[in-house]
Amino acid sequence: MSDSQTQHSAIAETSTVRVRRTRWQRMRILLSRAPLTAWFGMVVVAIYAVVTLFAPLLAPYGEAEVFSRGDAPWSREHLLGTDRIGRDVLTRLLYGARNTVGIALGTTMLALLIGGSLGLIAAINRSWLDQIISRAVDTIMAIPGLIFALMLLAIFGASILSLILIVGITYATNFFRLTRSVSLNVVVMDYVEAARLRGENMVWIMAREILPNILPPLIAEFGLRFIFVFLFIASLSFLGMGIQPPTADWGSMVRENAHWITFVPFVPFRDAFFYGLKPLLPAGCIALLTIGVNFIVDWFIHETSGLRDV
Amino acid sequence: MFRLIEVIGKRILLGLVTLFIVSLIIFSSISLLPGDFAQAVLGQTATEATLKAFRESLDLDKPVITRYFRWVAGVMQGDMGNTFSGRSTGGQGIDVSRPVVEIMLPKLRNTLFLAGVTAAISVPLALMLGFLTALFRNSIFDRTANAITLSTIAMPEFFLAYMLIILLGGYLPTIANVRAETEFLQRLLLVTLPTMTLTLVIVAAMMRMTRAAIINLLASPYIEMARLSGASQAEIIFRHALPNAWAPIATVIAFNMAWLVVGVVVVEVVFTYDGIGKLMVDSVGSRDIPVVQACALVFAATYISMNLLADIVGIVTNPRLLHPR
Repeated sequence: MSDSQTQHSAIAETSTVRVRRTRWQRMRILLSRAPLTAWFGMVVVAIYAVVTLFAPLLAPYGEAEVFSRGDAPWSREHLLGTDRIGRDVLTRLLYGARNTVGIALGTTMLALLIGGSLGLIAAINRSWLDQIISRAVDTIMAIPGLIFALMLLAIFGASILSLILIVGITYATNFFRLTRSVSLNVVVMDYVEAARLRGENMVWIMAREILPNILPPLIAEFGLRFIFVFLFIASLSFLGMGIQPPTADWGSMVRENAHWITFVPFVPFRDAFFYGLKPLLPAGCIALLTIGVNFIVDWFIHETSGLRDV
Repeated sequence: MFRLIEVIGKRILLGLVTLFIVSLIIFSSISLLPGDFAQAVLGQTATEATLKAFRESLDLDKPVITRYFRWVAGVMQGDMGNTFSGRSTGGQGIDVSRPVVEIMLPKLRNTLFLAGVTAAISVPLALMLGFLTALFRNSIFDRTANAITLSTIAMPEFFLAYMLIILLGGYLPTIANVRAETEFLQRLLLVTLPTMTLTLVIVAAMMRMTRAAIINLLASPYIEMARLSGASQAEIIFRHALPNAWAPIATVIAFNMAWLVVGVVVVEVVFTYDGIGKLMVDSVGSRDIPVVQACALVFAATYISMNLLADIVGIVTNPRLLHPR
């Protein structure tokens, strides 16, 4: 802040009275008030982001590299041992972050894009188009998501592309409902009417008039839905219908190594304990991320809604 | 009274329409399959004659509408077609495919047993916890319960299941291999861990919803009024709050039961429990479309009727909903 007064005009004086905080400063003030849980969430997400971006540099071996010894115990060469067909568990855990988180993020974005834009269009249009989309969404939501996805995967076969499309469409329904209901309140505002009378086109009204005003709930919903999508894809992979080998991902890692828990008695800090960790670590990675994101979303909703005690 | 029947009738009609459209979606999944369906199922080795016979047996040579109504008529009469697996692929192979219903019924019974036991434990538990946390809001008990439930909701079901196996696997069976002749008590013992997993997940969700409903209720003006007029705490809860609380609570229960129907899928696979969820996952793996369709229809129908039930209970217990503005 430059408070030294050299000029003597009124403008200079008033502008020094209230210096507008930069975005960076506002961010720092916000962060300084963040509760411990939110910090925990942010640290977790930051670590995951680093692992996701630099997985090939961090991983000791190649993603699908197979070694001669399957089911190897923990050792210096294989820090977390190898899985049944001899792939390094640590490597697959690191690459799994990239695949599992990346695919879930892409799917959520696709869902937001489809559901959000359809919701905006429905809110602005409010005619037969709104009716058709709304009824279609009602019908899709009447089918349980997991069953819907399993059925479609049985038809189209389990590939990453069909997985992203199917789960994306399933979750677009939630984004559609939220976007539509929130923007219905904004559409009736005078400034939207003014923009319409000005002759702005549909895209302008959607992007410049309505979107900025519905952004906070949409962002919170994005975080929350990301968790659901992430868990959903992990469950599908666990059931063997999601991300397919040799692509490493946490859900299928749990499935591939689950026999160590189901069939071997678990005694802490014996050999079986370390084997048991092979399926538990990927499952724990999933749980840790969802809890971390949950905390951040909680804090975000708290900050943007102004609610103090619920 | 007539108004009530009218509104409920409308809801049921709406549910039937939804079920109709859902059945259309499930049915048309066969027609959606890219490429030749018969070829995809029977493989490249199938001869032209078997392909033709297969298409005829499935009515694939008939128009879609005819096929749909035949399928619906079959479902109504308890006939969902035969499985693909075991169908003869060669020229003179023996057809060992079985009717889908015959396979599905015992598994459906198993799933209902698991869901029933879970419901019997989790509903009272969740309601009690929900009440207590709402009444002692912001106490240590409330905060702990909140933190625990928030983390259980965030965890994948299979993680919870394996944690339970690790903790209790030494004392309880980790594989729930029930058979038709398994006795009741033995059955109960076998489903202990699956039930615990499901209970953990569902109690968390149900408790939070109950808590929110009760807190919402306690904030309403007439409770304030009762308090100001000197009613005791017990009187406020049992005479003023509870009669109005049944509607949201019943909705919460029905809603969570609908979730439970789907939630069994993962748990059944973890514990290799011979239920309809595992059947569906296995059939998706082998792409046995008639079985997948039948399972999807059963799941969707249960889900829709549970949500319908939640709606109806809500209307019956809350007369205000009879007069929509």
